[in-house]
Amino acid sequence: MRIDWTHFTPWTSLAGGVTLGFAAALLLLLVGRTLGISGIVDGALTARDREFGWRATFLLGLLAAPTALRLFAAPTPPNIETPWTQLTIAGILVGFGTRLGSGCTSGHGICGLSRLSPRSLVATLTFMFAGFVTVYVVRHLAG
Amino acid sequence: MRLLISFVLGLVFGIGLYVSGMTQPSKVLGFLDIFGDWDPSLAFVMTGAVAIGLVAFSFARRRGRTFLGDELRLPRITEIDAPLVVGSLIFGIGWGLSGICPGPGIVDVGFLDWRALVFVVSMAAGMMIERLIVDAPGAKSLVSKGA
Repeated sequence: MRIDWTHFTPWTSLAGGVTLGFAAALLLLLVGRTLGISGIVDGALTARDREFGWRATFLLGLLAAPTALRLFAAPTPPNIETPWTQLTIAGILVGFGTRLGSGCTSGHGICGLSRLSPRSLVATLTFMFAGFVTVYVVRHLAG
Repeated sequence: MRLLISFVLGLVFGIGLYVSGMTQPSKVLGFLDIFGDWDPSLAFVMTGAVAIGLVAFSFARRRGRTFLGDELRLPRITEIDAPLVVGSLIFGIGWGLSGICPGPGIVDVGFLDWRALVFVVSMAAGMMIERLIVDAPGAKSLVSKGA
């Protein structure tokens, strides 16, 4: 392991993380729901009751975030280099896995760890482990 | 009111994802590449988010209701079972293949990036597939799932 100092951004990442924490805190204290993106997406696709509306508007907010950023600065757009075939497989795995495992980086990672849930800790360590191994295989064994 | 609050919080969360660096797949892959040139930034994202979250969740639990008087709905399952671990493994593989998790994928669609759209549509398809084969009534016996 070598630390990549050129790309290391501790302060902006910390500030971004605090922002994520505040959004999760306010969704909990004002709407009464856990901020888990995979659950919100799945619920917006399937729920037809009172649980549909807040999920739909939350997702619209996520989609509108780049537009809001443009009001203040010129945000750097994403640079996705993964071929679309690999992205398709990755997307299916992410969708399938987050539903089977009942959460993703936000629901288990941010909210679950904040709730001190052992279940979410296991989930978070598991998907991070799988992510480390996958990148190792793709970058250092296959590539 | 609830809908407007959710919209604003989606916006704030999306801005947080951008500021933290998570909407840039190369940044996420740099974090996951612990055997190469490792960029530990995303550990700081988690630290910042959980520091705020710890306070909020313990406060909310003591309070019992939201500020608007609604019920709190928190996950009740505590069981650590096979679907949790297998699902998280599958998610982690997809995350490592793309550098994208659900939230940043959606924000990147907001940047009008067609590759992000491919990812998000596939993710929605993956959720439907899970529903069909795991949550279908006849499949309950194959995989018992808490949630």
